Amino acid sequence: MIAARHVSKSFPGVLANQDVSFDVSAGEVHSLLGENGAGKSTLAAILTGLYQPDAGHVELNGARVALKSPRHGLALGIGMVHQHFRLVSQFTVAENISLGDRKQNWILSTKKVEEAVREIGERYGLPVDPRARINELTVGEQQRVEIIKTLYRGAQVLLLDEPTSVLTPQEVTTLFDSVRTLASEGKSVVFISHKLGEVMDISDRVTVMRDGKVVGNTAVADTSREELARMMVGRDVDLSAIRATKPAGAPLLEVRGLTAKSARSHVSDASIVVKAGEIVGIAGVSGNGQRALAEGIAGLTPLIDGHVTICGTDVTSKGSIAARKAGLSYVPEDRNGTGLAPSLSISENMLLTEDLPFLVNHKSAVAKAEEAITTYSIKTPGASTATRMLSGGNVQKVLLARELGHDPQVLIVSSPTWGLDVGAVEFVRSKLNELRKEGRAILLISEDLDEVRALSDRIYVIFEGKIVMECPGEGADVTTLGLAMAGARA
Amino acid sequence: MTQESVLILTLAGAIGTGTPLVFAAIGGVISERAGVINLGMEGMMLIGAVTTFLVVNKTGSPLLGFIAGGIAGALLALIHATLAISLRANQIVCGLALTIFGTGLASFIGKPIEGAGLEKSFNKLKIPFLSDIPAVGTVLFKQDVLVYFSWFAALLASLYLNRTRTGLSLRAVGENPATADAMGLSVVRMRYAHVIVGGLLAGFGGSYVILRIVPAWSQAGTTNGIGWIALALVVFASWHPLRVIGGAYLFGVALQANFALQAKGITVIPAEFLAMLPYLLTVVILVVLTANRRTRGAGAPAALGLPFVRDER
Repeated sequence: MIAARHVSKSFPGVLANQDVSFDVSAGEVHSLLGENGAGKSTLAAILTGLYQPDAGHVELNGARVALKSPRHGLALGIGMVHQHFRLVSQFTVAENISLGDRKQNWILSTKKVEEAVREIGERYGLPVDPRARINELTVGEQQRVEIIKTLYRGAQVLLLDEPTSVLTPQEVTTLFDSVRTLASEGKSVVFISHKLGEVMDISDRVTVMRDGKVVGNTAVADTSREELARMMVGRDVDLSAIRATKPAGAPLLEVRGLTAKSARSHVSDASIVVKAGEIVGIAGVSGNGQRALAEGIAGLTPLIDGHVTICGTDVTSKGSIAARKAGLSYVPEDRNGTGLAPSLSISENMLLTEDLPFLVNHKSAVAKAEEAITTYSIKTPGASTATRMLSGGNVQKVLLARELGHDPQVLIVSSPTWGLDVGAVEFVRSKLNELRKEGRAILLISEDLDEVRALSDRIYVIFEGKIVMECPGEGADVTTLGLAMAGARA
Repeated sequence: MTQESVLILTLAGAIGTGTPLVFAAIGGVISERAGVINLGMEGMMLIGAVTTFLVVNKTGSPLLGFIAGGIAGALLALIHATLAISLRANQIVCGLALTIFGTGLASFIGKPIEGAGLEKSFNKLKIPFLSDIPAVGTVLFKQDVLVYFSWFAALLASLYLNRTRTGLSLRAVGENPATADAMGLSVVRMRYAHVIVGGLLAGFGGSYVILRIVPAWSQAGTTNGIGWIALALVVFASWHPLRVIGGAYLFGVALQANFALQAKGITVIPAEFLAMLPYLLTVVILVVLTANRRTRGAGAPAALGLPFVRDER
């Protein structure tokens, strides 16, 4: 159907694609697997017409084509669903699908579009109300709109960029059903991902990329997760479950009946205990009160009700400084924003949580930052680089370096590996495990169920601001957790 | 004069004084729906006014004058578009600069004619039958042709925004330019076009002031700050062209109240205070709208004031 032949593409300083060949046939689901920066996105951009290759070419149905733009690509039947949706959230589904469609009359009539949305939805198992506003839809539904949008424009080839990163396990199942239906109707699907399990689950064939080159191309039936992981990273990686080796000690973090509100997030009557030498996971789809919970504990938002005790000190509504003094560190999900001031340098950011004298000694701050850069192997031009210039993994390392520098007894980490590549994920996980071994209490808030299951000694599930389930981490069942995350009573 | 009450005459007058606000605020809505704030509106109105004055006195045609006033506003808006869209300058700063520039330019052009009177203008146009309705007829249907044109412009703008393909694209550009760009729309072209149309309408507003409200050029007194009121009106109307009309006439009443009460010989409230009324009203309305959580930013285009750069997430 579509193929890239010996494609190369370079950007100033980077060879993003080097002699890459890739093809998908009709009715096939072909995965493109690789870490962040491996060149998957560049290849996808070449296949959709966003970039033109420096060398090599793209073939469509065996004929050579020069794609001028994504619009040109779509006109030829190549559609892409981006990780960050391209939807106008104030518009309805039908309006979004009509946007930029030149087949529409100048005087708009959304009737026809609405019908088409229903029809496509039924055919491929992508139900969505065409009159609903995007901001009223769940993330999973928004993704369906994106897929319907490309199908409505007549896409024969669909590229899905990290489509599962925002979905609940149940939504992933629904998406995979639709992908299979699409393939059975003769469409080609390119599934771009760095999640091994999903790639094994959905695809017929896998192409693995590393450092801009194709390092493997195999049928899924002929390979294993371990082999794919090795190809992807270039060495053996261990992301298997790690649990506490020692029994947990005294409770360090005690939360009783916490009720709090924070920007669009609310939590009510949550009670949580984290003991020394324990990682406790909070599983839940994002937006179910995790933020209010974390900020309530960290003293960033006043409690409406309840008590928080850190290492025996009552810090209820006493503010973030009191919580820190009691031994808490908080690594928020929003790293460059809540966690760090993006325009300040690494060394300045490291200073933010310290008790500073009136005159700041920059020299010692820089020295400290440089030390952190070495210990955490942060990739940066220097300590004076603004943190917004760093990649996701390095930003997280700066934040961890600062927060762990306070020698916290209790640590709250929110989505600590979100958006990081496998190497960085491995680093963060082993760091958390190390802290657990040292007898610290860790509250791990994450949407990534695999991660929660792999690290936690105990798991709480949060849904609509309430703790709806508690279970041991060992042997926690995905289906049960997933259902609890979606609000179903077990 | 017939037995028409002061109230009815005040309301009829309020429509007149509100009309420049209708034009300018619709212009503001169109420009802001594309994501570009136009703080240069006051300057564009003044330039429109002085151009109209000169053209009418030269050619004797109020219609030509009106059109020329609009074009003058549009040309000034073109400068705003170049700075704010192509050069991605801060929209607030370059809007303010344009008001200062427009005011200065207008007073420079208008120097020789300071204080002179306008020689010709539009007359009132009674709409047959409708104008015979008691009270309502006098208030609404004994106005000049430009008032009717302003209603038409509001209706047209509303239909354009909500019912056409280009209107949909325009709204997308103001809400989420990256998405619009990904759908193959030219954000730059859309923004240029609508900022210029916005300037055209602001120019029309200025023209109306000189043609129907103060038919003499005076640098300081012609627009008297109503460009700023129009800007507030855009927020008040929550970016809907039809809602602009109601708001504009409310301000019209406030602007007229001074004259009406003086005519009646009511002097309890000092005239200076009454003259403050519309500006006070602006402040009060903006405070009320922003103090209320529900109405704060309701209807504001999400990308308002943000320059668009491709490849920046």
